[in-house]
Amino acid sequence: MFDYTVRRLLIAVPTLVIISLVIFLVLSLAPNDPMAQVPLTVPPEVKEKMREALGLGQPLYVQFWKWLVQFFWIEPQVLIDHYFGTNFSEDKLRVISWQTRAPVMDTVVQRLPQTLWVVGMSYVVAIAISIPIGIYSAYKQYSIFDQAGTFITMVGYSIPPFFTGPLVIVIFAVYLEWFPSTYDTLHEVNNWESFIVQLKQMFLPVMVLAIQGTAQISRYMRSAILDNLNQDYVRTARAKGLSESIVILVHVLRNSMIPVITVIALNLPLIFGGAIITEQVFKVNGIGQQLILAIYANDLPTIQTLTFIFAFLIVFFNLVADVLYALLDPRIRYE
Amino acid sequence: MSNKIKNQEILFSPGSSYWGDVWLQFKKHKGALLGAIIFFGIVITVMLGPFLWPFEPNAIDIRSRNQGPSLLHPFGTDQLGRDTFSRMIAGGQTSITVGLAAMFLSLVLGTFIGVIAGYFKRLDGILMRFTDLFLSLPLLPLLLLMMFLFREPLSVSYGPERGMFILIVFAIGVTSWMPTARIVRGDVLALKQREFVIAARSIGTPDQKIIIRHILPNILSPILVSATLGIANAIITESALSFLGLGFPPDFPTWGRLLNDAVDYLQLHPERVMWPGLAISLTVLSINFLGDGLRDALDPRIRGR
Repeated sequence: MFDYTVRRLLIAVPTLVIISLVIFLVLSLAPNDPMAQVPLTVPPEVKEKMREALGLGQPLYVQFWKWLVQFFWIEPQVLIDHYFGTNFSEDKLRVISWQTRAPVMDTVVQRLPQTLWVVGMSYVVAIAISIPIGIYSAYKQYSIFDQAGTFITMVGYSIPPFFTGPLVIVIFAVYLEWFPSTYDTLHEVNNWESFIVQLKQMFLPVMVLAIQGTAQISRYMRSAILDNLNQDYVRTARAKGLSESIVILVHVLRNSMIPVITVIALNLPLIFGGAIITEQVFKVNGIGQQLILAIYANDLPTIQTLTFIFAFLIVFFNLVADVLYALLDPRIRYE
Repeated sequence: MSNKIKNQEILFSPGSSYWGDVWLQFKKHKGALLGAIIFFGIVITVMLGPFLWPFEPNAIDIRSRNQGPSLLHPFGTDQLGRDTFSRMIAGGQTSITVGLAAMFLSLVLGTFIGVIAGYFKRLDGILMRFTDLFLSLPLLPLLLLMMFLFREPLSVSYGPERGMFILIVFAIGVTSWMPTARIVRGDVLALKQREFVIAARSIGTPDQKIIIRHILPNILSPILVSATLGIANAIITESALSFLGLGFPPDFPTWGRLLNDAVDYLQLHPERVMWPGLAISLTVLSINFLGDGLRDALDPRIRGR
């Protein structure tokens, strides 16, 4: 098991480096000029100096190497300094945003909690809803519940978040006026009333993302249970006289969870992608919205860093899926 | 007794061809049949609409702006008095054309890489690592980035609409071929061991002939299924990009763009979000059902049951 995990980790590291290289090359191939916003009255020599100050005059491999050093060597030191009060990172150059002139990671750290709260919450909700639905519709295959469930999950799977977003705003914020249509990040939770306000403002974005997640997970759950229900061990368990609830909820469920857990881990990056759109719709100031803002402002260091963070999340959850799969199903480890 | 006769009738029914059997199985899946009808209905409406509908999508009539649905304008008009129905038709044309073209590109790429990886053992490892690498790229951020960075140079050299069309189709095609490649590779690996391929090789058939004559026809069904799902994926991606303001130019309607414009009037005219949203959802839903039915119909293990 340990060997297997180490092997997977060793594959993940070069993958990440190559991905960051791809992102870097896409950015550097771009014909955009970060000096386009500078007034025309600034003479060309000064512009050239400004460009050099941003580090743009150097060859590509130097720029890439500097980014790698800043991101993987200096930024962790900043983190250590922050927690332990040391000063490893003093006087070292960090990844600076061209837009705000502040370190990119500082903004990311401010914005990441909002994204994680909304995405994490919606995933928890999606899992909590979809697993019972999947179990019941597989157990009563072709019943009315199953037919309706399959149809509804297909609908939920097909409706994109940029339509469900405005749709729930129209229904719940405009007509019913139950929930606010935007997410207020400055809101602080310090008593029961403010907690209710927080719950209310989280409801709609979480719902939009949870619809997407529920549809995907419950489809997998249903087919995984169906695969297992015809297995010999189920007949054996029933023949032993175990009650139906134990057969389904202990024997079948545990075996069916193996592929479903992989799907849960693998789909999480997709939900992060959906979070970019959802944050835009509900004005949540998470990292997805920051990415859109940075793209519009031509802020290359921020774009590079954020895209890499998304890539990191994908590779990380792929790794988690692989390791969990091996942990749950011993046959995988000896491939 | 009657059952037996019935079975024999099926067995000896005249004209029982491969595609005839597929059609018989496909017909049984009511959702898929309905999905096919709705999808082709939408495609025909969108393609023939401009010839039949009197209003131009970009004709501004400021006096009749912000109207609700009426007999003259069944979907109402927007803030400049443009007829929403004609804009929906024009938008659908773009969205569906982009969907089909991007699907075709990703299918060609995916099939090519899948066949090469499955057939030539030496290239298998490297091509599959390459596929895995593409699968771990953050696709939506990268697409947004490509849109933003390459929009202007392409608009300059090909004109704003055609440049954007080329960019979107290329970007979606290049980022969505991986599932097809994986499925195709798996099937080719299995097919390569079959007797007819070995027989073909033993009489000295060159590799490219084996691939074209013997392999490709046999992997047609997984390719068809991923083609349908590819259209749905491409339509959603294009709409997402237009929705985020990084798609086609503002005066050039697509469904995602119309949805994005309608969000600004969410408080005053909430019904305006519905038309493009419903069009996207209905198209994608019907394609997904179509794909489901096609998968069942083309699977020989399920067919005939």
